[in-house]
Amino acid sequence: MSNKINLSALLEQHKSALLPDWIKEQLSSVTLRKDLMTEAELRQQSEDFYKLLCNAAQSNQLTDIMQPEWANLREFLKGVSRSRGIQGFNTAETATFILSFKQPLFKIISEVSQENVKMLADSIWAITILIDKLGLYTIEAFQKVREEIIKRQQEELLELSTPVVKLWDGILALPMIGTLDSSRTQVVMENLLQQIVATESEMAIIDITGVPNVDTLVAQHLLKTVTAARLMGADCIISGIRPQIAQTIVHLGVDLSGVITKASLADAFKLALARVKDSRAKTTLLQNS
Amino acid sequence: MERLPIFKMGKYLLVTIQVDMHDQLALTLQDDLTIKIRETGAAGVLIDISALEIVDSFIGRILSTISLTASVLDADTIVVGMQPAVAITLVELGLSLKKVRTALNIDKGIELLNASHDAPC
Repeated sequence: MSNKINLSALLEQHKSALLPDWIKEQLSSVTLRKDLMTEAELRQQSEDFYKLLCNAAQSNQLTDIMQPEWANLREFLKGVSRSRGIQGFNTAETATFILSFKQPLFKIISEVSQENVKMLADSIWAITILIDKLGLYTIEAFQKVREEIIKRQQEELLELSTPVVKLWDGILALPMIGTLDSSRTQVVMENLLQQIVATESEMAIIDITGVPNVDTLVAQHLLKTVTAARLMGADCIISGIRPQIAQTIVHLGVDLSGVITKASLADAFKLALARVKDSRAKTTLLQNS
Repeated sequence: MERLPIFKMGKYLLVTIQVDMHDQLALTLQDDLTIKIRETGAAGVLIDISALEIVDSFIGRILSTISLTASVLDADTIVVGMQPAVAITLVELGLSLKKVRTALNIDKGIELLNASHDAPC
C-alpha cells in the first residue's frame, strides 16, 4: 500500500460523505453570514468548488497550485472572493469557506488510513499544505478586490469633490472641499482651466471654506493654479480663508500679495460681478463712441 | 527661411502661431515683430497662441522678451488663448510671465487693448 495519498480517488469515492459534512460544517460555523448569502448559494458554491478540486487533483500534483491544471479552480476562487468582497464579507468569513474543508477531509483520511500512522501523517500534511495554499490564494484575491473597491471610491471622491460651477456669465466658482494634496490639486487645476476655456470666463473664484488646513505645499498649489489661470487670461479670487488659516499663512510666510483674496464667497462674487460689468461697460461704451 | 505672418489690424498687430514653435522661428518672430512695430507705430500686439500645444522654457522667455521689447517701443502686448496644458507647463517651469498681459481670446484681447487706449481700432 502506497503511503502517498490519492486525493482525486478519495474525493471521488467519498463525495456522498464529504460534501454534506463540509456544508454542515460551514452552516454551523460562527462565521456564517445568513444575512449576506443564502444556504442554496453556499451549497452551490461548495459543490462547484468540490467539482473543480476533483478535476484539479487528478493531476496528482498537490504542491504547486500555480500549475495550469489548477487554473480553473484558481479562477473560481477569484470569483468567490470577488462576489464575497462586494457582498461585504470580511476576511475571516471568506477564508473559512476554504479552511473549513479541512475537518471533514481529515476525518475521511483517518478512516481510510486506519492503522497506517505514517500514511495518515503524510496525507494530513499534504492536504494541509494544499488547503492552506488555496486559502491564502483566496484571501489574496479577496484583498485585491477590496483594494480595487477602495481605489475606485477614491477616484470617485476625487471627481465628486471638485466641481466647477458657473455662477454668472463670465464667472466661475470652484468650491474646494477636503484635504488638498498634489494629485487632487492637479485634477482641480486642470478642471478649472478647462472650464475657463469652455465657458470663456474671465473671473474664477476659488473658495477654500471646506479646506481644513493649508500648509506651504497647498498654498503653493493654489498660487500655481492662480498663475496658470492668469496666463490664460482669467483672474482668480481666493475666498473663504478661515481666521486660523489666515494666521497660518502669515506664520508660514506664504506670499499671497499677488492674489486677490476675500473673506467670503459673497464678497468675492460681488467683486467678480463688478469687474465683469466694468469690462463689459467699457466695451459697449467704446463700441458706441 | 520660415516666417510667421504678422497682420496689421488698425492700430494693432496680430500674430497667430499655428505651427510648432521651434527656437529659430521664435527668434525670427521676435526680430520681425520689433521691426514691424517700428514701421507701423502699432499701439498694441496680439499674440494668439491658441493652437500652440507644446512650449518649453525658451518659448516662455521669448514671449516675455517680446512683451518687454514691445513696451519699450510703446506697444502693449497681449498673449491670448493659452491652452490649459501650456499654462500648467509654464507654471511648472517656474515661468509666471508676470509682465505679460493675457486674455482668453482675441476678442477679449482687443477689448483690453481698446480699454487701455480709449479708442476702438
